[in-house]
Amino acid sequence: MTSQADYDLECCNVSKSFGPVRAVDDVSFEIPSGSFFSILGPSGCGKTTLMRMIAGFENPSAGDIRIKGASVLGTPPNRRNVKMVFQHLALFPMMNVQENIAYGLRCIGTGKAEIQRKVKDVLERIALPDVGEREIHQLSGGQKQRIAIARCMVLDPDVLLLDEPLGALDLKLREAMKIELKLLQHQFNTTFVYITHDQSEALVMSDHVAVMNNGKFEQVGAPQQLYHHPASAFVAGFVGDANRWSGSVLETSDGRARVETAAGFSLVCKTGGGQSLRRGDSVEVFVRPEFIRAERGDAAPAAAQTGDDSLEGTVDSLLFNGANSRVLVRSGTGELIEADATLTGGPEDARPGDRVRLTWSADQALCFATQGGGR
Amino acid sequence: MNPRDFKRLSLILLFMPFALWILLLIVLPHIGMGVLALREKVAPRVYEFGFGNFIEFLHEPIYWNTLLRTGTMSMLVTALALIAGFPIAYYIAKIAGRRSRGALFLLCLIPLWVSDLIRAFGWILLLRETGVISGALQAIGLIDGPVELLYNDVTVIIGLVYTVILFMIVPLVSTLDGMDNAMIEAGYNLGGNGFTVLRRIIIPYAMPGIVSGCIIVFMLTAGSYLTPILLGGKNSSWFTETIYEQFITRYNWESGAAFGFLLLAFTSGVVWLGLKLSRQTLAGTVAKS
Repeated sequence: MTSQADYDLECCNVSKSFGPVRAVDDVSFEIPSGSFFSILGPSGCGKTTLMRMIAGFENPSAGDIRIKGASVLGTPPNRRNVKMVFQHLALFPMMNVQENIAYGLRCIGTGKAEIQRKVKDVLERIALPDVGEREIHQLSGGQKQRIAIARCMVLDPDVLLLDEPLGALDLKLREAMKIELKLLQHQFNTTFVYITHDQSEALVMSDHVAVMNNGKFEQVGAPQQLYHHPASAFVAGFVGDANRWSGSVLETSDGRARVETAAGFSLVCKTGGGQSLRRGDSVEVFVRPEFIRAERGDAAPAAAQTGDDSLEGTVDSLLFNGANSRVLVRSGTGELIEADATLTGGPEDARPGDRVRLTWSADQALCFATQGGGR
Repeated sequence: MNPRDFKRLSLILLFMPFALWILLLIVLPHIGMGVLALREKVAPRVYEFGFGNFIEFLHEPIYWNTLLRTGTMSMLVTALALIAGFPIAYYIAKIAGRRSRGALFLLCLIPLWVSDLIRAFGWILLLRETGVISGALQAIGLIDGPVELLYNDVTVIIGLVYTVILFMIVPLVSTLDGMDNAMIEAGYNLGGNGFTVLRRIIIPYAMPGIVSGCIIVFMLTAGSYLTPILLGGKNSSWFTETIYEQFITRYNWESGAAFGFLLLAFTSGVVWLGLKLSRQTLAGTVAKS
C-alpha cells in the first residue's frame, strides 16, 4: 500500500465468468502513470471483457480494480474517470464535432464559456482547429479517430481505454495513425490502455505489452522483450512471424537442447521460458525468418560458427514484399522454411529452384515444451 | 424485339399495377370528390360552382368544433401511444435477447390478425354495464350497482391507443435497432446519467422513428371510424362520423366531400407543423421506416 499512487490502474486477481465460461481468469497487472500499455491477444481471448470491466460495463466475478489507488468496484461507469474510445468510435451522429466534445463537459456541469475554451483547446491539440462546426459524417476516418480521442481527453481522464480503434481504417491510414496515437499519448501524458489483436500495433506503440490468451496473461513486458525473449510457445508464435516445427528432445545441456523435428532433421536450440526439458519431451521450436541466413549453394560455405544450425534446401518460391521480402525454402526433409531475403532485382537474387544453405545461430532457435491440448 | 425494348416493356408491365392503383383509387376519386365539393346546390338538381360547402362548415360551430376535437384527441392518442410504445420498443430492440425479440414482436402483431370490429367488441364486452369489469368490481364489493364504462372520451382514447400502438412500435424498433449499443455506453462512459443518455442520445437518435411513428399514428387516429363509434357511441363526435352522416344520412355528398377535404387539409397541416417543429423531413422519417 506504499507506492500505489504511482500506478494509474491496477488489476488484482480479476476474474470474470459467463456461466461456465471463464472469460478472464485471475489477471493481475499494474500500469505506471503516463505509459502506453497494450493488451494483445487473438479474438475471444477475453481482452474486451477485461476492458469493459475497467470501464465499468461489466462487474468482475472476483478480484479488484483500482484507479489511482482507489477501488472502483462499486462505482458506476459514468462516475469512473476512465474514458473509452470504442471500436467503431461511437461518435454521436446527431451532434456536430463541437457538441460531441462538449457532451462530457456538460454532463459534469461545466460552464458555457469554460466548455467553449476547452473544446477549442483540445481541437488545437489534435491539430484540427477548424472542424468544430462540421457534422460527423463530413469527417474522414482519421479525423473521426482524433475527434473520438479528443472527446475523451477533454475530460482529463486518469486512464484512456482504446478498443481496437484502428481496425476499421485502411492500411495506409492505420500505419499513420499508429504513429499519431503514440505522439498524442506523449502530448497528453495520460495512461493509454490499448486493446488489439494486431501485434504490429502493439509493438510499435506500446511501452509495455501484455499478451493474453484464454483469459490469462501469458507474458507482460516491453515489446522487444516479448519479441526476443518470449516466455511461452504462445507468445513466440503470436508475436512476430516464426518458423514453427514440432519435435522431440534428444539431449539437453545447460539451457540448450538438441531436438529432432517430426520431419527428421536435428538442430540445437535454446530452451525458452526457463523450462527444464528432459530427453524424449515433445517440444515446439520457433525460429524467426530474419535470423535465418540463406546462401546460395554455389557460394563458398561461410565460416559457419560452431553450434550454428544449418540446413540445405531448394528455393520453392519468392515472397516479394519490398524490404520485408522472404524466400520460401523446401528442405531436404520436405518442410517449408521462411527466411528473410534481400531482393534487389539484380542477378544475385535467389530464384526458384536454386540450391541454398540456411544457417541460423542456435541462440535464435527457441524451444518450448508442447502443452497438453494446446493448439 | 431487341433487348432494350424488352427491358422497357417489362418495366412498364411492372409499373402498371402501381400506376393503376394510384390513378384509379387515389387520383380519380379525389378529382371526383373535388368536383363534388366545389358544387353548390342552389335548387333541386341545380348546381353551381362555388365554395358554399366550405363556407357552410365555417358558419356551423358544431362542425369545426368536431374537427378541432378530433384533432386534439388524435394528438393526445399519439402522445400516449408514444409514451407507452417507446419503452416497449426500447425493450424489444435493446434489452431483449435475440431469440425473445422475434417472439415479443409477434405478440405485438397478433392482435392485428383480428379485425378492428372484433377488437372493439372485445372492449365492449369488458367495459359495458353488464361487462366483465363492472361485474368483477361488484363481485369484490368495490361498487354497489353496475357501472357503465363505455361511451366516454377516456374509453375512446384507450381504445384508440390500443388500436394504433403497433404502428408506433414498429418504426421505433427499427430505428432503435440500428443504434449501436456502444453509443449508449459511450454516453455513460463520458459521464452521463441515465436521464442524460435518454434525453441527449437515445431520443435524438430515435427522432426519425418517433416522428414517423407519430405521423402514421396521428393519421390513422384522425381517420378512424369504427373505434370512436363503437366505444364512444353516438356522442363521440368524431369528424369521420360527421362526414359519414353527410354522405349517408343526409345524402349531402357535396358537403361530405368538402368535409373530407377539410379533414385531409387539417391533418396534413398538423403533420407539416410537427415536421417543422421537430426539424425532420418526410423523406428522412416515414420514407425510411
